Formats: sequence, structure tokens, C-alpha cells
Amino acid sequence: MLTYIGRRLALTIPTIFALMFLTFLAVRLVPGDPVEVRTGERGISPERLAQFRHELGLDQPVWKQFADYVSGLAQGDFGISLVTKEPVLKEFLTLFPATLELAFFATVFAVTFGIPFGVVAALRRGGILDHGLMGVALFGYSMPIFWWGLLLILFFSVQLDLTPVSGRIDLLYYFEPVTGFMTIDALISGQEGAFASALSHLVLPAVVLGTIPLAAIARMTRSSMLEVLEEDYVRTARAKGLPPLRVIGLHALRNAMIPVVTVIGLQGGTLLAGAVLTETIFAWPGVGKWLIESIFRRDYPALQGGVLLISSILVLVNLGVDIVNGVINPRVRHGR
Amino acid sequence: MSLLEIRNLCVEFETRGGAFRAVDGVSLDIDPGEIVSIVGESGSGKSVAMLAVMGLLPRTAHVTADVLRFAGRDLMRLPARERRRIVGREIAMIFQEPMSSLNPCFTVGFQIGEVLKTHLGLGRAERRARTIELLGAVGIPDAERRLSAFPHQMSGGMSQRVMIAMAIACNPKLLIADEPTTALDVTIQAQILDLLVKLQQERGMALVLITHDMGVVAETAQRVIVQYAGQQVEKATTRELFRDPHHPYSAALLAALPERATTKVLPSIPGVVPGQYDRPQGCLFAPRCAHAFALCHAKAPPPAGSELSEALCHTPLVGGVPVVPGAAA
Repeated sequence: MLTYIGRRLALTIPTIFALMFLTFLAVRLVPGDPVEVRTGERGISPERLAQFRHELGLDQPVWKQFADYVSGLAQGDFGISLVTKEPVLKEFLTLFPATLELAFFATVFAVTFGIPFGVVAALRRGGILDHGLMGVALFGYSMPIFWWGLLLILFFSVQLDLTPVSGRIDLLYYFEPVTGFMTIDALISGQEGAFASALSHLVLPAVVLGTIPLAAIARMTRSSMLEVLEEDYVRTARAKGLPPLRVIGLHALRNAMIPVVTVIGLQGGTLLAGAVLTETIFAWPGVGKWLIESIFRRDYPALQGGVLLISSILVLVNLGVDIVNGVINPRVRHGR
Repeated sequence: MSLLEIRNLCVEFETRGGAFRAVDGVSLDIDPGEIVSIVGESGSGKSVAMLAVMGLLPRTAHVTADVLRFAGRDLMRLPARERRRIVGREIAMIFQEPMSSLNPCFTVGFQIGEVLKTHLGLGRAERRARTIELLGAVGIPDAERRLSAFPHQMSGGMSQRVMIAMAIACNPKLLIADEPTTALDVTIQAQILDLLVKLQQERGMALVLITHDMGVVAETAQRVIVQYAGQQVEKATTRELFRDPHHPYSAALLAALPERATTKVLPSIPGVVPGQYDRPQGCLFAPRCAHAFALCHAKAPPPAGSELSEALCHTPLVGGVPVVPGAAA
């Protein structure tokens, strides 16, 4: 198992290097540079423009800029945001817990409903429940995130007044962030009602963000389960006189989970892309919102650093998925 | 009293083209401690009949029987929970494809131990000890180390041994072996058969051996049931069947044995077992039968008397010659 993890870890190194190069190039392909964007329509004298560019190092050849960037990275320096003058890494780390918290609850929501939906649909194949659940899943998969978010806000927050419209916690509560995760910090603060408030702020964003992954997981679980139920070893399990719950829940589900875990991992990308929209709709102070703003400002260091960090996290998530796959599927572990 | 008693077992599958009758009026008695073989080509409903006994058919299958009784208990009326107490404990079954019949996600030790836990409620240590004992009994060397092996780390023969260990874990009264050697190498086939017969004798369990290999029948079984297109066409002792087969189908199967060949080219039976859409009107075997005449194509034959092995034929063979029953007497 350890050699398996080591092998997988080694494979991530070239991926991360490629990511570094691509993000660096991609941000420079966007028309306009940070100085031009900041001067706006009033324009700027060519001398001042050259001076600013020189200060930011943008007059250097691109290969030189890249070399400087990489040598900075090697020393753990992700650069300074051109707009806030704060280190990119620091900004990212302040904002990322909010995104992670949102993504975590969205995943929990997607998995807790997606897997049972898929299993039930497979067991009732062709029945009303199957068609109903899969219809709902297709609906969820096709729903644009921003539209779905607005609908939920209108219904649950405005009409029924059940959940807050935006933000991470009620303004009533204030405490210094310790972990950056609002739910955990609220518990640590010990203020009565703070945790409930943090949680109620999470419900709608998590549901909105988790809807597409839920649909993907449910559909994958269904098809995977249908395939596994036809397998000889499921018949063996029944021939052993095991209770149906054990046959389905252990013998079939464990095998059916192998492709599903991969899908859950792949949804990491969807989650972060979706987070950009969800965070904007719910005024959620996370990295998604921050990245969007950085694009508009052509904040090269923030964009490069942010995209690189997120991609590295995705690489790690995929590594995690491979490890989980190794745990549930012995054939992967033994390199076959 | 017989251990397993089956009267007029029928299995129909719902299909788009209507009901398909895979098993048609099978009757069978298995006594404790005997080896009975069910022989027939692919598609003759051998496995389906036994899967019906085990209750392992998919929901699209409709099972009916006048009597389906195991050790005095009516399997047709038994609630699912009660039936699961018998299946895997008193009746066990092993299958054709050992490699895919074991769950790839669990160790051998776990999969065998599971049976012991479910049916006998054995604790962890007891399960381990008993599993090692079972693996030893089925001839797996280094049993203790094999406990933590996964199915993909084993060969087909080893997997089938594990399946057998799992099946005999609770000392069943009846073991159903569904073509247990078909997917194995020829050299391994004999070993597995020997193992099955040895275990059957040691433990005094009854063994139903489903096969399409007449050679396997000759070596192991005391009684044979020849099945064709879901119907039993002949029931006889192995000795009797090999000496003088009464149904033309049995005779044709025997003639196809290499040991019995009298010509250079091995004889074969032309055509295939009829399926859902090409079921003949009269005798189901008539289109392929060398002795068929007009009556055979028009009218389904009644079973002959027990002196002619209940052969399902208008003119059962006696000494290889068709005779009209009653006319000779």
C-alpha cells in the first residue's frame, strides 16, 4: 500500500510542473495587462506606462518572468497581489477555508443523497421510483447553477423565510477566526446559537453547489450497481444465504463504489468551478469570488498563484481518490 | 424419505416475446448421500432447475411446482427468511465460473468466514480456525497464508477449491455443483471431481452434479437424469444408461463420447436445442432425432414405464432399436 501511494505521489510532480507553466502562460494570453486595466479609459502617458511596467517586471522577456516566478515558487513565494499588495499565499489561505467548507458540505450532501438514490433506482430498475429519481437527477444535472440558486433563495429565504439569503453567519455573532471554518470557529467561540447560524447559512449554498455532483453520483451509482448486480459473485453471496441487506450493501455496493469514488473525485473540479458562481450568488467570501475579481483586474500574481494552488489541490484530491480506490479495490493496490 | 423431492417443477421467464418455459415438468428425488448427475446440452434447463431449488433465479422467473420439498420442508411456502437459513447451510451450490464467483473485493478468509458467521454464529477466532481447517480439507496448501489472499491472486482451480470450501463450511446435506469443471484446465478438472467425490463420501452429503460431459457422469454418478429443452427425457442408473440408453437423445450423447466412437469422425447431434421461438409441436427432440417419424412431429410423447427409464419417447430404444412400448410384450 505504501509503495502504491509513493508511486502515485511521484506521478503528481510532472502534473504540477505542467500546471505552473500553463497557468503562467494562460494569464498572459488574456488581452490587456494590469497597468492598462488600472489606467482605465483616461489613458496614461507612455513614459508612466513604461515606468509602471518596469516596476512590475512586465518589461522583461516572458521566459525571464517565468524563471523569476519559478525560482520564487521554489522558495515558497507565490508573489504579491498587484491590487491588495498582500502576499498571494496569505490571501488564498484566508479565503480558502470558506470555499473548502462550502465544498465539503456540498460533497456531503451529494454523497449522502446520491448514493442511496442510485442504489434504490438500480434495485427498482424500470419502476416508478427509478424513473422518478433519475428524472430528478437529470433535472438537477441540467439546471444552471445561478438560476437554481436564485430559485432556492426566492423560495426558501424570501417566501418561507427559513434560511438566510447570504453570508456565512449572522451579524449578531463575532469572533476571531481560528481555523477559518465558520462552523468550527462558531463551536470554539462557545457563543450560543452561533453554530446553528453558521450551519443555516451553509444549507442553501451547499445544496446549490452539490446538486450537479449529486446527480452525477446518483446516475453513476445506478449504472454501476446494475452492472454489479448481474455479477456471479452476487449470486454466490445469495447462495450463501446472506440477508439481502448484506448482499446489496456489502457485496454489491463495495464493487459498485469503485467507479463512483472516481466520479466523486472528478466532481472536485465541478465543485470549484461551481463555487465561483455559488459564492457570487450567496456573497460567500471564498477563493472563487476572489479569482473572478482577479481576472477582471488582471492581477497576474494572484491569478497564477490562485489557479496553481487550486489545481494542486485538485491533483491532491485525485491522489486521495486513487488511494481510496486502492483501499476498496485490492486489484488496484496490487498493481493489476 | 428422500432429501430433496421435486414434482413437476416448471420455470417460466417473462420475456418481450411472451413467457419462455426453461424448465418443463421436472420431477426428481435425491436421497441422502447419493450422487445424481443431470446431463444435457447448454440450454436444456439443468442449471435453471437447480437455481430454482436454491431460490436464486431473477425476479423475471416464475417458478411453479406441485412439490418442492427439502428435508420435509416445503420450499415453495417457506418465508424468505426461513429459506435463507437452509440455503448456504443445508443446501450449498458451486458454480461454473469460479474466478468470477468470488467477490474480488474481499479476502478468501472473509468470504468463507462470512458463511460460518451467518449460519453458525461463530466468533472471530473460531471462524479463523475453522476456515483454515476447511481450506486444508479442499487441498489448498499453506492454508493459513491463503486466508488473506484475494481472488485475483489465485488460479481458477484454487478459486473453485475455495468455492467448495465455502459450500461445505456448514456441512450441508446437499451440494449442487453446476458444471464445476467446465471452466478449468483438463488436468485440474479431474482433481476437482476427485475432491468433490471424496468430500461427498467423507461427509455423507448428497451431490447433484450438473454437467454436459458424459465422461464425468460415468466416473462419478450413481444415477443420471438426461434433460433436454427443459424436459427430463430419461432417468436411469449410470450403469443402466451406459449399457442400454432408451431415449434417442441419451443414445446420441453417449455415441458422441470419444471412447465409444466406432468411426473415424466423432458422431455429433445435428442442430441445436430449440429456443423460445422454434419449439416444435410434438416431441421436442424430433427435429434432431435419427428415429423420428410422423407421430413424433405431431404429438408430444408420454413417458415410458420405469423399465424403460421413463424415456420421453414414442418408440424408446431397446438395444439401440426403436420399439413401440406394449407392442413387444
